[in-house]
Amino acid sequence: MTAIAAPLTRTRRPGVGTVYRWELVKLRAQKRTYIGLGSALLVPMIFIVALLTGDGGPEGIPFARYVRESGLAIPLVSLIFGAIWFFPLITALVAGDIVAAEDSNGTLKTILTRSVERWQMFVGKVLAALTYALAGLVVYVGVGLFVGGLFWGFDPLVSLSGTPISVSRGLTLIGASTIAYFMPTIAIAAIALLLSTVTHNSAAAVVGTLMISLIMQLLGVITALDFLKPYLLSEQFNAWQGLLREPIDWAPVVRAAWVSAAYALPALAVAFTAFLRRDVAGG
Amino acid sequence: MNAVEARGLVKRYGHITAVDHVDLTVRAGDVYGYLGPNGAGKTTSLRMLLGLIRPDEGTAKLFGREPLLEGARALDGVAGFVEAPRFYPYMSARKNLELVAALDGGDASDRIADALETVDLTTRQHDKVKGYSHGMRQRLGIAGALLRDPRLLLLDEPTTGLDPAGMRDMRALVHRLASEGMTVLLSSHLMSEVEELCDRVAIVSRGRVIHEGALAELIESTSGRYELRTTDDDRATAITARAEGVTELETTSHGLTFAADERAVAALSLTLAEAGIGLLALVPRTATLEELFFRLTEGDQSERPPLRVVETTRSAA
Repeated sequence: MTAIAAPLTRTRRPGVGTVYRWELVKLRAQKRTYIGLGSALLVPMIFIVALLTGDGGPEGIPFARYVRESGLAIPLVSLIFGAIWFFPLITALVAGDIVAAEDSNGTLKTILTRSVERWQMFVGKVLAALTYALAGLVVYVGVGLFVGGLFWGFDPLVSLSGTPISVSRGLTLIGASTIAYFMPTIAIAAIALLLSTVTHNSAAAVVGTLMISLIMQLLGVITALDFLKPYLLSEQFNAWQGLLREPIDWAPVVRAAWVSAAYALPALAVAFTAFLRRDVAGG
Repeated sequence: MNAVEARGLVKRYGHITAVDHVDLTVRAGDVYGYLGPNGAGKTTSLRMLLGLIRPDEGTAKLFGREPLLEGARALDGVAGFVEAPRFYPYMSARKNLELVAALDGGDASDRIADALETVDLTTRQHDKVKGYSHGMRQRLGIAGALLRDPRLLLLDEPTTGLDPAGMRDMRALVHRLASEGMTVLLSSHLMSEVEELCDRVAIVSRGRVIHEGALAELIESTSGRYELRTTDDDRATAITARAEGVTELETTSHGLTFAADERAVAALSLTLAEAGIGLLALVPRTATLEELFFRLTEGDQSERPPLRVVETTRSAA
């Protein structure tokens, strides 16, 4: 340490990439990450064990009748289950915590007095939360596909239009469905991030996100409110089913893209502004 | 260029004014004490200096840069912590320092080993922070600050919550850093701490700076008072009251005190001796920072603890 009146100006400054990498390091060190990813791994396994040990199966949902005929059907049925509350919960578990935990730990002041701008910190956190959500989704789909395939083989699937789907095309469509499913997941993550930023409370953000998700599910089943249905986030979790039609029905996928964006972008904008302008007075 | 220059800082929370038009000037090389009771607005002021909270009025500059306008760039060469330093409890001290070093950029990560060595945490660097004592966390906070190779160190109550040994070690560390030329802005409600470490001081009360200047000058301004104990205090009081150049005479349970210059004191000692009164002690008396603080904040009885008098070793008998 030397005494110099004027400070040095840092020539090599960290950016969003640095924040993102360290957010992932922090996620890897936290139990909630493993609870979320562990659940994403466990739920399809439980579903498969239930299918192996009993005669019954899911009824009244797409691909339900094929769950014992092809492993390809397992992740698709799992996606339908996950939309109700499971995937919003897994997503909110981290996205709802990623800013609020800094408040409760008092570490926001620690990281905001380094050489990183607030906007970089926020963007890094958003990317980390989305990476975790995507990882959860990939684990969820991947485990269902892999273990389902082990037990029931990778046989061709029948599309929602009744036409056969080859194994290779089926795998491609499952990948595309995962991406389509990720679009409303991004919106859920954005809502969780907003609540995390404005409430400064992890539990409130996680529960709040789940409540919003469940309320949308509820609105979706009220017949009198059918006009709302196309604009509910919960409905967009089923958009991937358009990909499993012959020919592919892109309309629900396109709608899922813009409806999800309509939820995600304002939520992120408000969260971003709040994060940039907020007083860090606690801790 | 001043290390810290705050002008007219105001922060209000509802109807409460936490910081009320605070001006601060910390020159490069100062060890500057920001002294005030708990709740006086010290931490809020430091948060505004670091850009953590927005002032309602006024500006704060660090080496001429305004954190609110220039963001993280304004904190180049500046480090420290407000309230207790906080780290991620689920990661080791080393990992925490690697994280903050990464967020500092440059060659901060090259300084981790030295910083841990400086605060004597090398042997515990791989332990998770959740197992650290308060004192260890304070030291880790200093280590985190040193990674930035700061020219200005802002420390908010760095010894609060530490045991006596921890306080001694922390003060020794601050003293060492200051002696190496680092500018230190240290907030504290412990007057002895400020008196021991700082060369300039701002005294803050109820959100307002009520005195700012060199500590030595502040204390010097109170010189000229003496305490007298004799073999016959009643007669001594009567003689002192008549003595030329003696003012502000007060009797105490231990004798009497008065204000006078050295010539008048010398004359008084001779007069008392001629009157057959033995001098047990004639002691120049310098007010402590604590006394000065309460003198400056006079009228606020809620902030007044028992006064303490420090006597110099110089005495006449």
